[in-house]
Amino acid sequence: MTSIVKTLALALVLSAAALGAQAQEVKVGFAAEPYPPFTSPDANGKWVGWEVEFMDAICAEAKLKCVITPVAWDGIIPALTSKKIDMIIGSMSITEERLKTIDFSDKYYNTPTGIIGPKSEKFDATPEGLKGKVIGVQVSTVHQDYATKYFGPGAAEIKEYQTQDEADQDLAAGRVDAVQADAIALDAFLKSDAGKCCELKGNVKDDTAILGAGVGVGLRKGETDLKSKINAAIKAIRANGTYDKFSKRYFDFDIYGG
Amino acid sequence: MSEGLSGLPLYVPPKPRSLLEPHRLLLMAVFAGIILCAILFMRWDWLPTYGPRLLYGVWQTLVMLFWTASIGFLLAVPIGLVQVTGPRPLAWLARIFCTIIRGTPLLLQLWLLYYGLGSVFAQYPELRSSFLWPTLRQAWPYGFTALMISFAAYEGEVMRGAFAGVPRGELEAARAFGMSRWTAFRRIWLPRALHRALPTLAGETVLQLKSTPLVATITVIDVYAVISKVRQDTYLTYEPLLLLALIYLCLTAVLVVVFRYLESRIPTREA
Amino acid sequence: MSGNLHLLSLTPPGWGGVLLAGLFASLQLAVGGYLLGLVIGIGGAFGKLYGGPILRDLLEVYTTVIRAVPELVLILLLYYAGTDLINQLLALVGSPSVDISGLAAGIFVIGVVQGAYATEVLRGAIRAIPSGQVEAARAYGMSAVLALRRVTLPAMLPYAIPGLANLWMIATKDTALLAVVGFSELTLATRQAAGSTKAYMTFYLAAGVLYLMVTLVSNVIIALIERRARRGMPQTV
Repeated sequence: MTSIVKTLALALVLSAAALGAQAQEVKVGFAAEPYPPFTSPDANGKWVGWEVEFMDAICAEAKLKCVITPVAWDGIIPALTSKKIDMIIGSMSITEERLKTIDFSDKYYNTPTGIIGPKSEKFDATPEGLKGKVIGVQVSTVHQDYATKYFGPGAAEIKEYQTQDEADQDLAAGRVDAVQADAIALDAFLKSDAGKCCELKGNVKDDTAILGAGVGVGLRKGETDLKSKINAAIKAIRANGTYDKFSKRYFDFDIYGG
Repeated sequence: MSEGLSGLPLYVPPKPRSLLEPHRLLLMAVFAGIILCAILFMRWDWLPTYGPRLLYGVWQTLVMLFWTASIGFLLAVPIGLVQVTGPRPLAWLARIFCTIIRGTPLLLQLWLLYYGLGSVFAQYPELRSSFLWPTLRQAWPYGFTALMISFAAYEGEVMRGAFAGVPRGELEAARAFGMSRWTAFRRIWLPRALHRALPTLAGETVLQLKSTPLVATITVIDVYAVISKVRQDTYLTYEPLLLLALIYLCLTAVLVVVFRYLESRIPTREA
Repeated sequence: MSGNLHLLSLTPPGWGGVLLAGLFASLQLAVGGYLLGLVIGIGGAFGKLYGGPILRDLLEVYTTVIRAVPELVLILLLYYAGTDLINQLLALVGSPSVDISGLAAGIFVIGVVQGAYATEVLRGAIRAIPSGQVEAARAYGMSAVLALRRVTLPAMLPYAIPGLANLWMIATKDTALLAVVGFSELTLATRQAAGSTKAYMTFYLAAGVLYLMVTLVSNVIIALIERRARRGMPQTV
């Protein structure tokens, strides 16, 4: 009997110890899904991609100890506000809507928004072209808002996926007729084996109010200290060539944008 | 599960208490206060906008629950029966089916069905011209199948126990009366087994209700999916989830009441 | 499908190692959550049986709500609210906020859910003990705590084991729900591997086999424990 009591006591102590584990690092929230070429887990269980290198560069520059903390994309903002993570590096566009809840650093890259579809079907990335189509988007993204506003009235359905790769997969499976997402991420899918089915139908007409002005690091409101550190770091790696150096290994164009 | 073997139980259940005892009144006042605070200090302005969609979501959840539980139960009867009396291979098959379904998480089964089959479809584009495609490309058939199979496996296990639990003597008596095997099954074995399984049915149905929100992860729209939409649109976390918990609480309460009513309608004449 | 088997090898480029790490995380969650659930369950069962009227009613509310609301919803609520609540409480007392690891939060969530079911299982088991046994212990002059430790807990064990075994099975499967909040356990690791390689069928089947193995091994162990705990009990069935 005593052994059971001891085990229980041990369990209590252990869970208390786990709860009280103190750490001084900055927890960087990643969307817990493959999002090539920016953030994706590899077969070693490590995260790789352009944004991982970006994170390493700014954390080294700002002398922060950054720890990658994967979080579900659709809960990444609540995770930030409830202090599960301290910043978001997840190709998150800076929008008015999000600025009501969280804060952003300066932009660190920019991407156009594209629409892909099967090669066998011809249509444009316009409301007329997408009339009657089933469009796949990832939840809680600017694309969900954009597609709902511009294509929603004419489209057969806007299907919302928890992860981008599942939306892409359903396009390959023929369950959706088109997918709207960041053009750079879509390009990575089109170049993969599974993406052979499909091609870029075009980029959508810009609407900065919804699509935002570039991608920034998501931060909690009021954390001005961290924000200025990150902004200074972005500026520094842009100036000293680090940014261009690692970007060249991924892209043959200027990802920072104008 | 566990009845006292002999002797009086140490625990004497309290007299049925009324709702109006002083400590209950106090507790109710505290809860009312908490709810009032929640109404006053949390954001609920999104409710009117999403009200109709929420109702639609609740309806979808109930439709899904009703049909998966009904068909699942119809499947559970043969699954339970063959394990008790069926030929060896069939009994083994049923046993393996129950073990696999009950031994793995429903979420995984759901993703396997939806995305696993989806990746198979991607390899056979010819499939898209078949007459089945308009159904196969939607999400609900997969959610429906997964929920139905799950219910069949869990309830199949219950039915196995129920069939095995019918006293042999009753079946022998039926045969002695000259009933054929089929008549004895239809008139004695099945009704007695169903009767034994009924009390668990309420519990299994509540468990099934609690499994339905998982289908939202494969793009099926149910009440959980509508609440997720609210969460994304408003960036609120607690308010929508608390409302969702309340909705499920009410649905469970309704289910329990309905089953209690049904059970009271069925005559019990245990020997 | 068979062409994808190399993806499961234990060393990169195979994802087998990632899956096993996920399995380990799942088991940690399940064990931690289960133990926490047992602690809550023992407290809850005694509270329900011997506690004051207010405690009884509160515990009734706890077990009813937890058992009526889907685990997925509870996990979302507790995963976000749990951390928030603790930090806000700490802020009230004036101490700095603690950093709650994902694992601790996950164990907390599974434990709170398990606790409600464990309360009911253990309450039923305690009630099944013939009252004479406890009365005899008290008559021998044992204190209430000693009687609890020496008589009530060991005597209720055989009655509680089937229910507790069932709870363990539920715990192992409930850990999969944490994939939805982005906790890197087996199901999420599988989802990531599948999404990266697009070999959805292969990986989901592989994960299914791993979960099944956990269940089958658990079944064997439970059968052993049950045999041991039933020593000296009247044979049933």
